[in-house]
Amino acid sequence: MSTAAAAVEAKNVSKIFGAGVGEVRALDNVSVTIRQNEFFTLLGPSGCGKTTLLRLIAGFEMPTEGSILLEGEEVAHLPPFKRPVNTVFQNYALFPHMSVAENIGFGLEMLGKPKTEVQQTVDAMLRLVRMEELKHRKTSQISGGQQQRVALARALAPRPKVLLLDEPLSALDYKLRKDMQLELKRMQHETGITFIFVTHDQEEALTMSDRIAVMSQGNILQIGSPDEIYERPADRFVADFIGETNFIEAEVIERIGEDGRIRLPSGVAVSHKLASNAGVGSRVTLAIRPERIDLVRADGETHLKGKVDNIVYFGTDTTFHVGLDSGQSVTVRVQNRRGHQEILQVGDVVGLTIAPEAMQILRD
Amino acid sequence: MAKATFSVRRQTGFATIALVCFVMLYAPILTLMIYSFNDGTSVAIWEGFSWRWYERAAANEQVQESALLSLKIASIAAVLATIFATMAALATTRTRPYRGLTAIFAAINTPLMVPEIVTAVALLIFFASIKVATGYTGIAYLVAAHTAFCIPFAYLPIRARLESMDATLEIAAADLYATPWRAFRRVTFPLLWPGIVAGLMLAFVISLDDVVITEFVKSAGQDTLPTYMLGQLRRIVTPEMNAISTVFLGISVMVVALFFFMTRKKN
Repeated sequence: MSTAAAAVEAKNVSKIFGAGVGEVRALDNVSVTIRQNEFFTLLGPSGCGKTTLLRLIAGFEMPTEGSILLEGEEVAHLPPFKRPVNTVFQNYALFPHMSVAENIGFGLEMLGKPKTEVQQTVDAMLRLVRMEELKHRKTSQISGGQQQRVALARALAPRPKVLLLDEPLSALDYKLRKDMQLELKRMQHETGITFIFVTHDQEEALTMSDRIAVMSQGNILQIGSPDEIYERPADRFVADFIGETNFIEAEVIERIGEDGRIRLPSGVAVSHKLASNAGVGSRVTLAIRPERIDLVRADGETHLKGKVDNIVYFGTDTTFHVGLDSGQSVTVRVQNRRGHQEILQVGDVVGLTIAPEAMQILRD
Repeated sequence: MAKATFSVRRQTGFATIALVCFVMLYAPILTLMIYSFNDGTSVAIWEGFSWRWYERAAANEQVQESALLSLKIASIAAVLATIFATMAALATTRTRPYRGLTAIFAAINTPLMVPEIVTAVALLIFFASIKVATGYTGIAYLVAAHTAFCIPFAYLPIRARLESMDATLEIAAADLYATPWRAFRRVTFPLLWPGIVAGLMLAFVISLDDVVITEFVKSAGQDTLPTYMLGQLRRIVTPEMNAISTVFLGISVMVVALFFFMTRKKN
């Protein structure tokens, strides 16, 4: 990607709060490029720095080090009211003394747009978020979901170059959240504005994003499309944070160039591509998704062997907890097709097979 | 349905204690009000109903002058104190915590705890030296003194309002291209308004009511209504004092009631 197509670039950004013993490094030398018209998600547990990065882009905080570029222009030291960036706040932060229409028109009014233009844009925004009939209501007289839409309309009305969304769906109930996820995608598509979305909900991130940055302790661990992040997690944290994962230790027993063989805890050896630093005799960790493991008869050809400890029925699928001989427990998820799950019972000895591409060797 | 929970209303003697408290609070005031309508010259022996003391108080030039001065000082002092208090409240709640913030907060509020007589003596001595140096003896001293002791009273409701206000609203305004001044005018100020009005009214009532500091600071001929009344009471007590007090009480109650309805309508 060339610089011209970048909506936002953070270059070597660090942010330190406090000083001395109370010093907190919220961001530690973070660099990321967010492309134009992209739905980009910052994903991580609370305290990982995702909201700090968002606030730095919005201008609510100044970076301790590094630079932030908006369409190629340095903005790190501009106050928020001079940045063509708008935010949807977690608690919406609607102005309680103004009507829905006044809230939506506020940004345009501050930009000094003529009254007629403000009116037209407000009406267009009300249509976009399907709130036309509530135009003159006070914001305290509408529901949480409606407030959410007004907050979105207010942030989109000035047509910002980038829209920042700080966990905007976390206050909504499950059904409404699902609907809003689709709505947000639709609006991003219709407006063509770059969305930067902050969430701690991995499912939300996977379903909505074009690309995801997984963050932990002030660092970005991996940036990639949802399927890249899910199928090829870079390290143990990412694999563990996104979905469910089995971690299995293996030993490198042979290597020729990039190709090598690794030995699973069961003693079975399989061929696998290896990272450059993994020499013969070194130990590696494999990440394997529960749905990529197949249950087979124990007396056939298997990668691992174990005893069924527990069976949990989930409707669409069934989860088996299988205790290996090494004492480790492996989670296996099997889609429920007729007749499948009835064969196995707790205590049965089963074999597990795993496709080689489903074994992801993690970075140390 | 609420029977299982504790309720102070069902404790023995609750009604009696409450009644005694209310009687002790309001019986003297009620007596004062009743005797303001006494036809006789005594404040203790009832001799029939009359408006005469109200008429007499209204016709009394000294009452008129001192009442006017009271209103003048209270209005100016309340407005000034509210402006300072608003700025102080913004500076102590809408900034990042800084070194000395607690000290400043304490400095704003200690006047509430310093004995008034100490402040009064201090101001008397302080202003005396200025009077000698400049020769000025106008009401500015009283206005300055009243403004000073009204600030903490005005500060409290304004600060309380600011603290209960969502600070994200101001950030949202800045995010939507409002400069700090416009964000204040369009968002902070309208939302802070009930607190400012409360502070203003409280400062006004406190200033109107003050005796001790005014008595020490005033120059000759600068009687406010309370100091005039104090002066009169030293000589002869007639129901005229009751009449003035009753009107005074009426004004205070009106100010408080006005404030109550104004803020209730806002919310």
